[in-house]
Amino acid sequence: MIESKGHPNRLGIWGWLGGGRWGVERYLYTLHRLTGLGLLTYFLLHILVTSSRALGKAPWEQAMNAVTGPLFKLGEYLVFVAFAFHAVNGIRLGIIELGFGVGPPIEPVYPYRTSLDVQRPLAVGVLLLAAIIVVMGTLNFWVLE
Amino acid sequence: MSEKTLTEVTYRIRRFDPDGDTAPHWEEYGIPYSAGMTVLDGLWKVKEMRAPDLAWRSSCRMGVCGSCGMLVNGKARLACNTQVTELGGDTVVVAPLPNFDIVRDLVPELAPMFDSHRALMPHVIREDVQEQEHPTGEFWQSAHELEQYLQFSYCIKCGCCMAACPTFATDALYSGPMPLGQAHRYNSDTRDGGFSARKRVLAGEAGPWRCHFAGECSRVCPKGVDPAKAIQLMKRELVLDYLRLHKQHRPATVAKKATETKRREGIPEPPAPTV
Repeated sequence: MIESKGHPNRLGIWGWLGGGRWGVERYLYTLHRLTGLGLLTYFLLHILVTSSRALGKAPWEQAMNAVTGPLFKLGEYLVFVAFAFHAVNGIRLGIIELGFGVGPPIEPVYPYRTSLDVQRPLAVGVLLLAAIIVVMGTLNFWVLE
Repeated sequence: MSEKTLTEVTYRIRRFDPDGDTAPHWEEYGIPYSAGMTVLDGLWKVKEMRAPDLAWRSSCRMGVCGSCGMLVNGKARLACNTQVTELGGDTVVVAPLPNFDIVRDLVPELAPMFDSHRALMPHVIREDVQEQEHPTGEFWQSAHELEQYLQFSYCIKCGCCMAACPTFATDALYSGPMPLGQAHRYNSDTRDGGFSARKRVLAGEAGPWRCHFAGECSRVCPKGVDPAKAIQLMKRELVLDYLRLHKQHRPATVAKKATETKRREGIPEPPAPTV
């Protein structure tokens, strides 16, 4: 490995969020990572709360009481929204990462048509499906209850 | 802004002198606009008129050598291939390619990229060393087989894809779009037999599994190489290989010489050489 003596210029987390003018797939990439981290945080909290049952009934009820209220209901709703996007977009990524939906290699003729253009209907479909699931979930969470 | 209304352009350039500066800083230079001016032309004007010590890399001026990759108005591009008018304003913001250390001003340290590139053995690997060293003919390849890698062979190693990749922005171990795209270029070449050798690198942290199709590499590629597509197609090959469904091919053999083929009847003989 060649050691560089130059000034560090790696974008880091800023590379996920900004640092340039990006396309829709990059925003989906960033959102997928953020929702993934959100779901991971939820799972850790979920394990923490449910593990209190092993300590007896009183700690369990105490833990359950601590996670009730409008703030936690909003949090639960956000977890649902994150799940809806992460799951549907994950299916898109699974399809694409197996080499489907990106098209075969082609002769690059300007203006270039890339794999992003080929898979765009899939990305739009994912966003629509996620939106439908979120609308249905919103009704269930806030209206039909 | 159209060519007719543009008379002066402001270049906002991120500058860094390793001998005097502790961090990069921005400087602005006003220069006259001339019809057909590219971002690279403007940099030359800045150097001639305002900042003689400004440093960058460039060579061919026609989008072939890949030397002048830089961040122009927030997007990694070739300076020689970008017209000032296509940026839509009278200010050109130029910075060195992100995700690479800055050597000086607009000069990025590309050595780590070429290091990763080399690690993926970007060349035809075959067992018949004798044939490669002393070729007796061409390796046989059909037009369809050529199409499987031709798009990826147009890469000029400018580093724009590496600067745009959000995964490479946070993960220094990841090889990045250029080396991985080139690994697929050789993996899908029927003359090559190096898939197993490259697989050892591709299966690790440096491999394609860190890519999650943000697609920026393909969006910024000035040659239409589409590294994101190459990486996804390579992942499929790796999965098929893991499932033992990958079609193992022997590297293409040497094509028969024209003299060894039988001439079809009814075709006249060529005229005798005149020299």
